[in-house]
Amino acid sequence: MSIKRDDLVDFVYAEARMLDEGRYDEWLELWLPDGHYWMPLDWKQTDPLHVTSFLFEDMFMLKLRVERLNGARTFSQKPKSRCHHVIQRPFVDEMNDEAGRYVTNTNMHYVETRQDEQFLLALTATHELKLVDGRLRIANKRVDLLNCDAAFGNIQLLP
Amino acid sequence: MGRYTDNREAVAALVRGREVHRDVYIDDEVFRLEMKHLFANTWVFVGHDSQTPNKGDYFTTQVGDQPVIMVRHTDNEIKVLYNRCPHKGTKIAIDRTGNTGKFFRCPYHAWSFKTDGCLLAIPLKKGYEGTGLDQSEGSRGMKAVGAVKNYRGFVFARLAEEGISFEEFFGNALSSLDNMVDRSPAGRLEVAGPPLRYMHRCNWKMLVENQTDTCHPMVAHESSAGTAVQIWNELGYTEDDPKPPAMEIIAPFMSPYEFFENMGIRTWPNGHGHTGVNHSIHSNYSAIPGYFEALCDAYGKQKAKAILDENRHNTVYFPNIMIKGPIQQLRVFIPLAADKTLVESYIYRLVDAPDELTARTAMYNRMINAPTSIVGHDDLEMYERAQEGLHADGLEWVNVQRLYEEDEDFDEERVENGTTERQMRNQFHAWVKFMTVSMNEKEAAE
Ligand code: FES
Ligand SMILES: [Fe+2]
Repeated sequence: MSIKRDDLVDFVYAEARMLDEGRYDEWLELWLPDGHYWMPLDWKQTDPLHVTSFLFEDMFMLKLRVERLNGARTFSQKPKSRCHHVIQRPFVDEMNDEAGRYVTNTNMHYVETRQDEQFLLALTATHELKLVDGRLRIANKRVDLLNCDAAFGNIQLLP
Repeated sequence: MGRYTDNREAVAALVRGREVHRDVYIDDEVFRLEMKHLFANTWVFVGHDSQTPNKGDYFTTQVGDQPVIMVRHTDNEIKVLYNRCPHKGTKIAIDRTGNTGKFFRCPYHAWSFKTDGCLLAIPLKKGYEGTGLDQSEGSRGMKAVGAVKNYRGFVFARLAEEGISFEEFFGNALSSLDNMVDRSPAGRLEVAGPPLRYMHRCNWKMLVENQTDTCHPMVAHESSAGTAVQIWNELGYTEDDPKPPAMEIIAPFMSPYEFFENMGIRTWPNGHGHTGVNHSIHSNYSAIPGYFEALCDAYGKQKAKAILDENRHNTVYFPNIMIKGPIQQLRVFIPLAADKTLVESYIYRLVDAPDELTARTAMYNRMINAPTSIVGHDDLEMYERAQEGLHADGLEWVNVQRLYEEDEDFDEERVENGTTERQMRNQFHAWVKFMTVSMNEKEAAE
């Protein structure tokens, strides 16, 4: 199977929709087992390990995060939060058919709400995708917040 | 002026042995008095000197509600100045860090000041000839805080010109800071990256009390730590299997009451104290290759072992920081309003120790202290519910009596059962002391 630009664009849109609709089991299936979801704390941060990040989660932590959302004693999700991504068309920054490796760069507005509170984050998501057994998967995802140096209240779902 | 201003009796009456009045958390006047008295009379954390390594480097923050600049002066000493131009009040620096060279220059009318605050120059100075400038407050330059102490890299300030000395205020409590710094073979820490900044809509004291609240983890964090343990078991692993670092960090939050009872709590005079006298949630982290050897080379085997045998959990330095010695973290609870607190969480690198230690510390910080942290979500939910719940009339007192004893003497160092709320009571004892020490006595209040 050969990957076209639109396949990559559709993938990024579909992923955001899964998060908005809370289809987390499907969402976890998108990931390759050794992938990391990285949200840096510092502007243009290069090191995920030796300085603090907001998130640098492997599959175990991502699974824990989404399972917790439905826990019987998850009081910060009683009532639940909801979220909403508005996406600009992704840039395709790398198309390497030989290696089956693709990189997209997508600007988004992310809205999260719970009870009377709602907040907006502007962000750039970088998806590193790999073609494995004829299927696009997330090898790594990086989410840079435009206001990463601001103080935040709870961000409970996944931008 | 309200009920509490210059009314020592009314302020002291907010704290009883077993309970405290809700006004300490929700009353705006009490909050303003805390800023004026408590945060002026105590030694408050400002920053770490590695945040300003070179001459002219500065860092801006707050001591209580007072904007300050911490700066490295030309003599290499750390100065702490109010961040306010003596001319018309403009903040001198608003970026969080920077380098100002040999002097600060106000961006409004270009008055300039040496990095110890002294007035250096005023443009078109002849306009002040014969006006008595030398008698005005402004001519004395940027005002410095009352006193500054750099203790092994950690910079504290007392806003008040006079008051308790640094040594008397902290006393033996400094042993926790010592242990954290001694964990570097070079006896030196360096800040690693910017802090997490997490906004809490609750009173700052709720956060400080939570640091030694050992009866909440297995309840409030069941959703995060409990789920982690459950997933771990579903994967077919047991308690005794070697855990990945993330599990090493989160699983101990689910330890039973007994674990926390036995860990012990130590209290020191002036509101300081720590959990984890005998062991803590940090005790069973796996060893990092090469680290113990590096410590032995620096200190000898016996002292190296003694340093690592100390596994203090949270040390509260009254009024508003907590450190974790075993993993080199510091959290500062910056009061913004009675119902608003900014929590900044710093991590430090142990100079001359393996990088893996910094990696574990960074992992802990993002897993536990971030606005995106599931453990943080558990806690903040409770604080915010408490802040709202306290407005319910009918019940006006907050209970702090677990393992209370008659005639507790907070001026003596004590080690108690790890689930006691003695440290919370210790904090409130110190709270009354430093709130009222500088109050004028008002005749016949009300
Ligand atoms: S306000 Fe600073 S020089 Fe005028
Ligand atoms: Fe907690």
